[in-house]
Amino acid sequence: MALTNETIQQKLTEKFGEQLTDWQTPYGMLTFTAPAALNLKVLQYLYDDAELRFQFLTDLQAVHYPDNKGAELAVVYHLHNLVDNIRLRFKVFADISKPDVYSATALYQSANFMERETYDFFGVNFVGHPNLIRILNVDEMDYFPMRKEFPVEDQTRIDKDDEMFGRG
Amino acid sequence: MSRPVQFNNHVKFEGIPEGYMGEGFMATNLEKVVSLARKNSIWPLPFATSCCGIEFMATAASHYDIARFGAERMSFSPRQCDLIFVMGTISKKMGPVLRQVYLQMAEPRWVMAVGACASSGGIFDSYSVLQGIDQVIPVDVYVPGCPPRPEAYLDGFMKIQELVNAEGLRRRYSDQYKDMLASYGIQ
Repeated sequence: MALTNETIQQKLTEKFGEQLTDWQTPYGMLTFTAPAALNLKVLQYLYDDAELRFQFLTDLQAVHYPDNKGAELAVVYHLHNLVDNIRLRFKVFADISKPDVYSATALYQSANFMERETYDFFGVNFVGHPNLIRILNVDEMDYFPMRKEFPVEDQTRIDKDDEMFGRG
Repeated sequence: MSRPVQFNNHVKFEGIPEGYMGEGFMATNLEKVVSLARKNSIWPLPFATSCCGIEFMATAASHYDIARFGAERMSFSPRQCDLIFVMGTISKKMGPVLRQVYLQMAEPRWVMAVGACASSGGIFDSYSVLQGIDQVIPVDVYVPGCPPRPEAYLDGFMKIQELVNAEGLRRRYSDQYKDMLASYGIQ
């Protein structure tokens, strides 16, 4: 019997029950949300289970939702089952004042650099990461650029004409 | 029996500097001779980061051929090159690296900023892109374009050649030059 989205959803709800919420299937990819404390348990279950076998971490990123008070930073994991060719997305929300999420480095080696990038741009603190420092930005940078409150433009330019940028 | 040359026979020769010619000797100005030699054998260091690097590859290839102008041997060792072509977007994290490469170059050295990103940050007006390499190293010639055509590269190179020709032998020891380097924080 082939592995389908319904089977995956059924197995996960059997194991974790009501803690996994917000089940959606945008463009055919099953998506759900888990509480921040459970992320490693869910990842481990999806990895170890003989039928589910989600053993490839495709992507690990964050999204900043400034309007979602109490759950501003969403860390998104994209998983892939290489044998049955099924993809899965799961999200974990964290509060911006204390953005602690357990690190998936012990399970997936690829999470190492991806978590460093997420820390560099969003400030998500991955608990248990071996070397959580900035990876793409300058080491002395003291803010997290991809958060919505920071501007894209370089602030040191003095020669820009405000009129042309719609600010004049 | 050799056939006469049919193509490429209007080869332009560099003029001999004026001087006093005699039987087996010529007396001329040292500066003129040295400038002539330097300007026709500028060996560049291609510091190619992005798309402008690809256009440089085209310029160095046979159709546009920067080797005609003397840039025959591209060296990636800063000690052995005269000119550094900075081609492509330099991010703020790369700035100190570029500075180190410039500091390792031996005098006389020239810098050519190729493309919009190296000259001024280009379209990438962002927190991570250095808004022009002249924030970290002194630049001699800027070549605008995104990317500049190979002809523009050659034009910029010819301007460097003019600079090399006009530069005196003592310029690198002058106070003005030292002050200029000090303004960049280079001793």
